Amino acid sequence: MNARSLNLVGLGLVGVVGVAFLVLVPRVVELDVVLELTVYMIMAILALSLALVWGYGGILCFGQSAFFGLGAYTYAIAMFNIGESTVPLLLAVIVPAAFAALLGYFMFYGRISDVYLGVITLTVTLILFNSINSTAGPEFHIGSARLGGFNGIPGIPPLNFPGNKAAPIDLEGMFYLATAALLATYFGLRLLLASRFGRIIVGIRENERRAELLGYDPRAYKLATFTIGGALAGFAGCLFANWGNFVSPTIFGLAQSAQIIIWVIVGGRGTLIGPIVGCIGIQWLTTALGANQPSGGSDLWAKIFANAPLIFGIILIAFVLLVPKGLVPTLGDIGQSLLASRGKGAKRLQPKRAEEG
Amino acid sequence: MAAPLLQTQDLSMHFGGVRAVRHVNFSLAEGELRCLIGPNGAGKSTFFKMLTGQLEPTHGQVLFRGKDISHAHAHDIARLGIGIKTQVPSVFDGLSVRENIWLAANRLHAGDKTRRVVDEMLTRVGLTEAADRLVGQLAHGQRQWVELGLVLATDPELILLDEPAAGMTHEEVNKTAELVREINRTKALIVVEHDMQFIRMIAKQVTVFNQGSVLVEDTVDNIMRNPQVRDVYLGKQAAA
Repeated sequence: MNARSLNLVGLGLVGVVGVAFLVLVPRVVELDVVLELTVYMIMAILALSLALVWGYGGILCFGQSAFFGLGAYTYAIAMFNIGESTVPLLLAVIVPAAFAALLGYFMFYGRISDVYLGVITLTVTLILFNSINSTAGPEFHIGSARLGGFNGIPGIPPLNFPGNKAAPIDLEGMFYLATAALLATYFGLRLLLASRFGRIIVGIRENERRAELLGYDPRAYKLATFTIGGALAGFAGCLFANWGNFVSPTIFGLAQSAQIIIWVIVGGRGTLIGPIVGCIGIQWLTTALGANQPSGGSDLWAKIFANAPLIFGIILIAFVLLVPKGLVPTLGDIGQSLLASRGKGAKRLQPKRAEEG
Repeated sequence: MAAPLLQTQDLSMHFGGVRAVRHVNFSLAEGELRCLIGPNGAGKSTFFKMLTGQLEPTHGQVLFRGKDISHAHAHDIARLGIGIKTQVPSVFDGLSVRENIWLAANRLHAGDKTRRVVDEMLTRVGLTEAADRLVGQLAHGQRQWVELGLVLATDPELILLDEPAAGMTHEEVNKTAELVREINRTKALIVVEHDMQFIRMIAKQVTVFNQGSVLVEDTVDNIMRNPQVRDVYLGKQAAA
């Protein structure tokens, strides 16, 4: 089996598992689990946005949560003002994308180096955090939507079927929507990465100067990648605001920003399925650890396991040191070497292709 | 006489107090093959970087087909038709040989045409066997060939080669010289090289750089006999 057919098998597998998950879950598990899985799906879309921007575009963005938060806030504000969800949903994609385009324009066309790019994106999300955080007074409102400062915006109306205000999407509907959106995002990105555009951005990630000397303008390609990433993160933010009917400034916070990076590192840069696995795995762990609160006892282990940031710190360090490529690429390597040894060296290791992942 | 393909006027590059290139007036005719020689630090690589837009000159102009490209972006210059093979191979290490060549061919062609051009180029640089291997895993000599393939696949008018024979075996040097002569049948070239054997195989006209300026410009044979050139540079090789 060559790399290309292996690639197709992988793609088919993701499709089958994805559709089975979509169809079976609401029929098999309780509603509270469905609700929990819905937020995993939403966050996985956010993870995919950074997988594109960082994993394939080579742009280390520490502030992907800025676009996520902007998407959530835009949806909330537009929803209170408009009442029907079609336009708010579109705005929740367009506003973060436009913001990413503007920020990206100054960063890429200003030839900001990689390290500063990380610093700037992180700073931007923290500025948003502080700004929104200090809008608690009644004087801060956009139209009929109060920003609510550190209290956030509660009671955000849910999405409705396009054009029909009287038909809101219920909890189970949200699960279908989020899961279908995740699958669509995954396959859409696979297509994008297999296209000319996708192959060029991977080339720029590999060697920006060489791409330039071949006649590609890296600034334009990076800006486009960054903008698509912003749009995707905004879309995920919109779904997130729907999921809890609530949004607060912590969405822009340091913890949220760091988490997205951890998902991608753990799952594997340069793949799409990796960050999805990393995202779902870590969130599942968060829930599991949260359920494990010490009940007033003095059991040291219980206390340690209840300290989620500590556990995540350990996981992150372990991955960076021991599994630097991330879960999925490492498993892939192991699988390939098994295949190669079974074929008695007849098959050479195939290089990774741009459209793989 | 026809207008030169490439011309520099009073071209200078200063890094702080260091004058890497000073007042260089250089001219290359259509279809010409020119060798640049000179000791390390003579400014040859800096000169190349200014021609390709990787450095913006402090003073002076670069004219390509009469158009001033001194302040143009590297990607625009590449599109105008100047290609460069750098001293240390600059390739896409994490991608396969085929994908590397594809990235170059893709800028000019689309679809099936691209695939055909890629296959032809793989044959031309002798890398068909290695097409699906990662470039980062290839030997130094092969990576040089990959880079040459990249440059040729963008079909430039003028090709700059920075030490194409460096680190190659005797056999590879011969093969490279042959390829350079073949490329010169349709394209102009400027070749930076230290290997005088190699230069004799390919060049007629040689420009000698020293301390950022053009020391002398003459035929290969005259350059070899020039005592001034021997003093600054050739001493060792000429005596050998």
